[in-house]
Amino acid sequence: MTVLSQRRSWFSDKILMGQTLPRYLRSLLTPFNVIAALIVGVGLWLSVLRYWHGLGAVTNLTDSTPWGLWIGFDVLVGVSLAGGGYMLASAVYIFRLEQYRPVVRPAVLTGFLGYFFVAVAILFDLGRPWRLPYPFFYMGVMSVMFLIAWHVFLYLTCQFVEFSPAVFEWLGWKKLRKWAVSVALPFTIFGVMLSTLHQSALGALFLLAPERLHPLWYSPLIPLYFFVSSMGAGLAMVIFESTLSHRIFSSQLAGGRHHDIGGLTLGMGKAAAAVLFLYFWLKVLGIMHGNHWDLLGTAMGGWFLLEMLGGILLPCILFLWAVQTHNVRLVRFASVLTVAGIVLNRLNVAVIAFNWNLPGHYYPRWSEVVITISLFTLLVVAFRWIVNRMPVLRDHPDYPGGH
Amino acid sequence: MLVDTTRCTGCRGCQVACKQWNEKPGESTTYSPTGSNPPRLGVKTWTYVDFRPAERTNGQLTWSFVKRQCMHCLDPACASACPVQALTKTKEGPVIYRVERCFGCRYCMVACPFDVLRFEWDSANPAIQKCQFCFDRIEDGKEPACAKTCPTDAIVFGEREALLEEAKTRVYGQPAKYVQRIYGEKEAGGTSWLYVSDVPFEDLGLPTNVKERAYPELTKGFLVGVPLVLLAWPVALAGVNALVKLRERGLNKGNGHDGEDGQGGSQ
Repeated sequence: MTVLSQRRSWFSDKILMGQTLPRYLRSLLTPFNVIAALIVGVGLWLSVLRYWHGLGAVTNLTDSTPWGLWIGFDVLVGVSLAGGGYMLASAVYIFRLEQYRPVVRPAVLTGFLGYFFVAVAILFDLGRPWRLPYPFFYMGVMSVMFLIAWHVFLYLTCQFVEFSPAVFEWLGWKKLRKWAVSVALPFTIFGVMLSTLHQSALGALFLLAPERLHPLWYSPLIPLYFFVSSMGAGLAMVIFESTLSHRIFSSQLAGGRHHDIGGLTLGMGKAAAAVLFLYFWLKVLGIMHGNHWDLLGTAMGGWFLLEMLGGILLPCILFLWAVQTHNVRLVRFASVLTVAGIVLNRLNVAVIAFNWNLPGHYYPRWSEVVITISLFTLLVVAFRWIVNRMPVLRDHPDYPGGH
Repeated sequence: MLVDTTRCTGCRGCQVACKQWNEKPGESTTYSPTGSNPPRLGVKTWTYVDFRPAERTNGQLTWSFVKRQCMHCLDPACASACPVQALTKTKEGPVIYRVERCFGCRYCMVACPFDVLRFEWDSANPAIQKCQFCFDRIEDGKEPACAKTCPTDAIVFGEREALLEEAKTRVYGQPAKYVQRIYGEKEAGGTSWLYVSDVPFEDLGLPTNVKERAYPELTKGFLVGVPLVLLAWPVALAGVNALVKLRERGLNKGNGHDGEDGQGGSQ
């Protein structure tokens, strides 16, 4: 009897956030949740079609264009935007820039959930997803894809450990929390190693397709492009997402420790400017190396310049300008532009400039888009569920300033 | 395998023999405008004869017939792309696919410079489909079904070295007849299938933008760098961390108060 009531109170406390079940369920009836449920509902129906009839039933993929939106957006964009996790973790745990501690947990959580949903997207894209662990048995060590399979698995584990202090604080498991906090540094270093390699490996995948990828995007430097741009994308995402979180979850911060989010935003903006500057010149170097200046005058060249100038150089200049004038809002705007630039780049490499010369170029079918939106919706819902329960944005009362 | 398009009559016997030996069902097809049938490789069609109106080197118009299938590269891009070793190059020459390992990532299709791999898009349990070079027959000491059935010896099976010699004898011995090039000698670092022809290879529809070096070389540099990162990063990052801690200790001593160490993350 007592066990039961204790369990119920634990459930009510941890899962229902202190409410009774009927009250909690009623509180779920918000416009956001209704729309989210509708989207996910359609996504579920399309998933049934996909697993029942095969990829051809819901995608526009063909033998000459075997990868589409799910690889280009869900995987490539997803992984690059999740780069904030390793950027912020290394800033705080390796470089010991303590002032960034307040944004580490949301950044690591975004990274972890980002990778988690990349893994889910891969389950949609693989022909035989139930064989996901096969790369651990049949070692295709000469394959870039093999490296990515291992790394996404190891990095997911690694990010879970990095985030786990928040989980253990929520559950009240003090010993495990102590252990998880003590291994933060080695796991952060391990995480940076893995991130360096698989961020660049996603670019290296395309090294094998020199005829299919447009020469303005194909370069022997493409692994480096992917890695450097993931740093910029990660920073921009942390700026963008911390702004949103602090607006949406402002109640969590009331009465708690106030940190100077504006100052942190400016600091990250400065770092992002440096990264984008490096990225821009590396891309120019690629054009010089391939001697592709003449291609800039073509239609694809115009598209390339849009990405280069609008998605890299412009946000870079805006970041610099904003840091000089202490304009936090401009940093936020530049971060949105940076994210858009990275999205454009990954879609260009995997979809738009891939098979650019093929008649009847691939474009995603509506069902591919809806499944992508459903996954993103689930990610947002999961983020909210965790932030509402675990000490991510706020401190746990037992560990003030401790995260 | 050596294909001499000047000897091919377009009988499609090789297409039929391939289907029979490999138990591939027929597909409902139509003729392409130039008479190919079926007009492309497919999940049920590992090989087909492409019919091509073209101009001979001597200016004469002709209708060329060119058998298409997997080229069986000496150093195949698909096998280097495969993370589960479902595609492998055997020592006898065939590049074979083992469905029991494949998890359907389709990186092989992205990597293949000849665009010969086909995927079962309409299956809930899909596989890759491609010519297996009749590996089961070769292991038994027999020649592949297509070569066995070819009535004009347009397809000849043998050791690559010997066939390359034969191809050179034909091509360079009869420069008026043959295009002065052996397709597959250098393409993608060399392929097990070789083609000689009296019309330019681009007019036969064979991809002529294929690089001469082996494709796995393109990712080798990156993969060699992997262990370097694995070794260098931990040392560098741990070093930076140690330096930062040292500096903090120095600063704290200078300021005369205790550090705030041990609050969170690092030990």
